[in-house]
This record gives sequence, structure tokens and C-alpha cells, in this order.
Amino acid sequence: MTDIESAANRTTEKKTLPVAIELRGISKSFGSVHANQDIDLCVHKSAIHGIIGENGAGKSTLMSIIYGFYEADRGEILVNGQSVRLHNSQDAIAAGIGMVHQHFMLVDTFTVLENVILGAESGGLLNQSLNHAREELTRLEREYNLKVDLDALVSDLPVGEQQRVEILKALYRGAEILILDEPTGVLTPQETDQLFEILKTLKTQGVTVLLITHKLREIMDITDEVSVMRGGRMVAHRLTQETDKETLAELMVGRKVRLELNQKPATPGNVLLKAENLTVVDDKGVTRVKGFNMELKAGEIIGIAGVSGNGQSELLQALACIQPLSQGSLQIHQHSVTPESPCNPAKARELGLGHIPEDRHQLGMVTRFSAAESSILGFHRNESINGSLLMHNSKVEKHCEALMEQFDVRPPHPQLKSANFSGGNQQKLIIAREMTQNPRILLVGQPTRGVDIGAIEFIHRQLIEMRDQGCAVLVVSVELDEIMSLSDRILVMCEGSLVGEVAGKDADERTLGLMMAGTPLDKARSGSGPGSPQQKTINERPAHQILSPETSG
Amino acid sequence: MDDIFSVLVLTLDATLRVATPLILAAMAGLFSERSGIIDISLEGKMLGAAFISACTAAVTGSAWLALMAGIGVSVALALLHGLACITYRGNHVVSAVAINILVAGLTVVLGIAWFERGGTTPALPSEARFMPIEWPLAEIIGQLPVLGTLYKELLSGHNLLVYVALLLVPLSWWVIYRSRFGLRLRAVGENPQAVDTAGISVAFLRYRAVIICGVLCGIAGTYIAIAQNAGFTRDMTAGQGYIALAAMIFGKWRPAPALLACLMFGLLDALAIRMQGVPVPVIGEVPVPLIQALPYILTVILLAGFIGKAVAPKAIGEPYLKER
Repeated sequence: MTDIESAANRTTEKKTLPVAIELRGISKSFGSVHANQDIDLCVHKSAIHGIIGENGAGKSTLMSIIYGFYEADRGEILVNGQSVRLHNSQDAIAAGIGMVHQHFMLVDTFTVLENVILGAESGGLLNQSLNHAREELTRLEREYNLKVDLDALVSDLPVGEQQRVEILKALYRGAEILILDEPTGVLTPQETDQLFEILKTLKTQGVTVLLITHKLREIMDITDEVSVMRGGRMVAHRLTQETDKETLAELMVGRKVRLELNQKPATPGNVLLKAENLTVVDDKGVTRVKGFNMELKAGEIIGIAGVSGNGQSELLQALACIQPLSQGSLQIHQHSVTPESPCNPAKARELGLGHIPEDRHQLGMVTRFSAAESSILGFHRNESINGSLLMHNSKVEKHCEALMEQFDVRPPHPQLKSANFSGGNQQKLIIAREMTQNPRILLVGQPTRGVDIGAIEFIHRQLIEMRDQGCAVLVVSVELDEIMSLSDRILVMCEGSLVGEVAGKDADERTLGLMMAGTPLDKARSGSGPGSPQQKTINERPAHQILSPETSG
Repeated sequence: MDDIFSVLVLTLDATLRVATPLILAAMAGLFSERSGIIDISLEGKMLGAAFISACTAAVTGSAWLALMAGIGVSVALALLHGLACITYRGNHVVSAVAINILVAGLTVVLGIAWFERGGTTPALPSEARFMPIEWPLAEIIGQLPVLGTLYKELLSGHNLLVYVALLLVPLSWWVIYRSRFGLRLRAVGENPQAVDTAGISVAFLRYRAVIICGVLCGIAGTYIAIAQNAGFTRDMTAGQGYIALAAMIFGKWRPAPALLACLMFGLLDALAIRMQGVPVPVIGEVPVPLIQALPYILTVILLAGFIGKAVAPKAIGEPYLKER
């Protein structure tokens, strides 16, 4: 609380609130990956500060650094104005920092009480620690209105209560700064509301809350200030009151120079893939895709845009017949798929559906296999490479060599382990595998994630070439510029539903950004002027919001 | 009537003597496995301790020095296992099997090299061993019927290490369930990440558990070599480490049930010795090898289906690695 002025100077606002935690120039790399680069952050005391960014933006790494789980390569952390070195979690706890992890750090077979005292016992004997903790926790429960049965086994508690145990754990250790990493991912809407009530109570009691999330609604609902991360950098700081979902969505996704591919206009043919009222419910019972309708024609590219985590991944998997449908139907080139008559990826392949998955390490290849083996995955039953009993390895390698030559995969060594290729070359190998089977329909997830610039252009050209040859292409990507430069039509998703459709050539980032936040197309278009009255009514927010472009740092 | 009673008491008496190394080793395994380190090298540690303690006793003539040496070797082997499993995150089973094989070979080689008796150590005089301790007034109280016999034959007249083993069971229970160390030990076997994020070193905690395991195995091995017997013979632990491990699993990683399992195995063993050459009604004389095999057969049967669901510590056998 000593360094109020200097800390406040660093923020965009003229507020003179004391600063609870401040980061200066924090950087962290894992190997060649820069997870965090030159992060500056200033969190005011007794505030709820949101950190928003897409998956992989570096939020969790940053929080792990603040909690002492990782050590930063460079940079400085100040707690209450004092520079601190956090070598491990114990240092962070001593500095008054508590963390509620995305996956709870609880021992299932212990009672709530035992979990709370673990690592914070008051002596060598358990009884005295337990008694002390029981008194203290009863007080904390009253003070913060957090109700948990202290003697229940953690494994018997619902998820929402387990999370409360984590919060109690942090408070019991004297945390004044509480970090919550994607706290609502596992909660039901009711539990989420309860959590937010708790956070508000904590705030009034003087606790500083850092909320990490990729959900815009939560940021708008509960935070006082928000910082946006993208690609390992902190790109913006805003007061929540003075911003809105749309601006934040734009900042999260980023705006880059649109690539000009000077493509010919599409000449769409027959409908090859048709989704009607397609609904996907995942294992946890959460509805990921709600009543999605779509027609994909031969010779066109459809782009699916949306802030990541809004159902695009599940849609893609459902279209590829990996994720079963819960409702609705899917028509793959004459073949009908319904919840009653499900399909499988092998059958889908036979129907001429190629799939380049979003996560190439999980679904695209086996990283421990050689490139040759990875190059035939999914097509390993093809007669061309199989004898009556054995697979012809030499033919597999020849096949792989041909792919590598055609798609410029480097180094061109079929026997090299798949893991030893760079991300771009792995992707090119998978693309080669799928494209050379001449699919009628090609589904592509994040075609250029983790791929260097040269390869991006190559991959884009290949996709357009496929289209021009009459293939129906569907691209799911979180890169807006990629969607805009490739797509003939753009479908925007938000919270599992289709918000609307925009023709590729008419699309602009602001409209798409608004639609990604859930605003329907007509309103997004008409309300695009800053401070226009329509927008006020749509968003129920003050008219002084600023939608002017915020260029990233 | 009197006869049957005294046979019963003597059998129980033998049970205690046979069960002692099992109890010690089972408690040893308990500490190790509760911390998440699988330990099938109980056998090797006991054998190593038995050999070194017998050698030390033969050379120095001191049972206490022998005990220290036995514990020392066993702890060294435990640390080796810890180094492989904790620091280098190796496979626990492979490391433990390697230790067992190493010790089985090394004890024979060194035994031959040092004493030139084909792998055995010289027979020890009673001063160099842990000898039975007569409880006060055992002779007088022993005159009393029933209680007196129990006092004299069952309670009195064991060596120190038997009593140590029996006392270790409540002590282990207390440490595991009533002390801070025990809480952390149980936690690290269930969810090491929870321990790490609480600011406690997972590796240090596990090393301490492994060291405790080494100390207890050392006592067990010493007992076998210089208390139960009067010297080392090759492979003298004869699978007792594995039996102790089985007993601990029967006991579902809890001290008291593990003690009962050890006593049951001890009883079977004692019965096996008693029944040699004794004709059993209907069956006739049971062949000795069959009787000797009985504890092992029972282990298989019990493990296969009679112990119910034994839930091991969740993180057992998994090397701990911070994310990424």
C-alpha cells in the first residue's frame, strides 16, 4: 500500500486505489514456445479483475507464475508495492496469494477439514490442527457466507462445493489475493451464480480476485477491470464499465492484415453435407451444439467463426462422425445419419468425407509413429498398401514419399518420427493424407494453428484448389482473417447456436465480432456506428462505449 | 484338555515368532506405498539386512552393531529405490525387481568371498544374537493355570525385536492417522499435485517415507538372521517380503488389518511346522511340501477373490511431474 502513486500511474485510469499485485515485464518460454511475453499487469485492491483470452493465450501460465508454480524467465512481481520472488507455491502463499485451480487440488479420500489443513497444519499433531482449523473455518464460513460440511468426504461433494473447499483453503492460509482459473468451466449455471455471489462477498471483505476466463459474459457480469491476452501478450486493459463484449471479442481474437488470395468466385454445385437441427450433448451433459442447420455445397468453402469454446469443435467432430448426435440429422452425400442410426469415421471416409482435425496430436496423428505410418492413418485398410496378410511397408513409405514431395513436407524422410517434424510440416502431412484421397467433402479444423507463415499460404492455396476442383470444404478457425480470406460463406456460432450467415466478400471484422458475441446479423450491421442509439438498446449498455479499433501492442 | 491347550499356546507362540518379520515388513511397505511408491523390494532389503547383520554379528559379536548395520544397508537400498523412482521417475516395479535380484546374487557372492562357507555366515554365539527375554516372575506366575501359561509361554520369552514389531503397529497407526506427517503422507499417495500446490515438497516427503520403509525392513532382516536364526543362509528370507506385501494389501493399506493378515500367515506357517508327520483324520499324513505350500496357495486364493475391493492409494506407481 506504500507505492500507490507509482502503481496508479501505470494504469490507464486516474484511479488512486491501492494496488494489490503488479507485474512488470514478465516473460516465460517453454522451449521455443513463448507462453508469456513482456506481460504488464496492475490489479487494484478489493477489485475483481478479469483476465480474458482464448485457449492457449497464456493465461494459465501467467497465473502459475503468480502462484509460484513456474518461475518467470524475466520480469518482476510486486505484491502490495513490494517486490517479491516467488520460487514455489509456499512463497506465494506467504505473500498472501491463493489459487483455485481449474482442476481442483483436493485429496478425494480426505474430509474437507483435512484438505484445508494440508500443508498449513498448526503443529505436528493432527488433533490440535483440526480443532484450530474447525474454529477458524466456522468463522470464515460465517464471514464470507461460504457453507460447506467440514466433515464430509471431498469425493462425496458436488463440484460446486469442492470449489468452495478450494476457496476456503486459500482463505484459511490468509490469502488476500485469490486467483480463480476458469472457475465456471465445470459448474452448472446455478453453481456459477452462487460462485459469483461468493466472489462479490469476498470483494466487499477486502479480498482481491483475479478471474481467468474465456467467457465474455462472466467478465461483463462480475469484473471491475479486465485485461485481454492474446498469443502470450497482454494486449489491452479496460475498465469493465467502459467496454463491452464486442470490443473484448475483437481484442481477444485480434485483427490482422487480411490475406489476399485473389481467388475466383465460387461456383457452388449440389449440396453434399447437410445438417438439420444438429444437437450435441457431451459426456458431462452439457449441450455444446444447439439445433445447428447448414448446407455445404460442392465447390464452396464455408467458414465457421466464433470465439473458441462456443461449440465449433464439437460441431466439427459431429460432422466428422466422431461425436455422436444427440438430436437432429446429418446428410453426408445421400447417406443419412441420425442419433438412431449413427455413423463412424471409417464409414464417413468411405462416403468421401475427409477430416483434418483441430488437434493434430490428439486426433490427427500418432506422434510416436513414423511419418510413413502417420501418412496412412485412417486409410490403412486400403488395398494398395496391404497384401493378403501383411502390410507392405515399402509401399507405405513410397506413398509417404510421394505425399512429401507433392506437399513439400520437410525433411522428406518417411522414417522420421512424426513428433520430430515442425508443427507446419506435421499439418502439411495430414493435409496431404486427406487431400490426396480426393474427398468429396473436406472438414478442416484450425488449418494453420501453430503453423509458420510460409506454410499458412501454402495450406490456404491448397484449400482453395480443392474447392475449385469441386470439393465441398468446411473450415473451422479461430483466426478471423483466415476465415474471411478463405470463405465463400461465413457462419458465426455463439454458445453452440448459429447466430447468422455472412457472405465472405461482405464480411468485416466488426460485424463478425458483434455476431460472435451473439448479436444477430441485421442488428450487428445497423448498430455498427459508435454510440448509435440502436446499439444502446441492443446491448443495454451506456452509449459512450468505444468501438474504435484497438490495435494490439 | 490341558494338552490341547498347551499345544494351542505353543502354536500361537510360534505364530508370533514367524509373523514378526512379516509385521515389520508389512509396516515398511505401508509407509512406502501410502506415499505412492510401489515397493516389491521389501524382500531384497530384508535379505540384504539379514546378510550384513549376520556378518557384523559374526565379526564384532555385537547384536546391536549388527542391527545398526542391517538397518544401514536396508536404508541404502531404499534410497536407491527412491533415487530411481522419485528423482529419476523410473518404473517402480522394475527398480524393485532389480534390487531384489542384485541383493540375492550379491549376498551369496560376498558370503562366499568373505567366509568361504558356500554362502552361509558362521553360526553365531548367543551373545551376538537377540535372545529371548524372560518377563519378571515368569517361572512363578507360570505355575498358575491358564493365565499363568499364557503369561509364561505366549507373552514372555520372546526377543526384543518381537515386541518392537508388535509395538510398531499402533505406532504406525498413530503416525499415519494422527500426525501431520501422516496426513501429508496419505495425501501425497492420493494426489501429489495437491501436496505440491500446498507448498510441500513431494520428493522430500516420499524420500522420508522410503527411508522409514528401509529402517523397518532392516529390523525385519536383522530379526531373521540373528534373532530367529543364528546366522545367514542363502535366500533365507524365502519370499517373506512378498508375503508381507500381500498381507499389507489384504489389510487394504491399513496397519491393524495388515497386522491381522500377518498373524494369519504366521499361524499357517506355524501350523505347517506342527503338522509335519502328524496324521490327519480321513486324509492321513499330509505331505510336508504341500503343508509348506499352504500359505502361498492361500495367498493366491485370498488375493484372487476374498479380500473384497482393495483400493490402493490413487497415485501409486505414478511418477510425479509438474505439468509440462
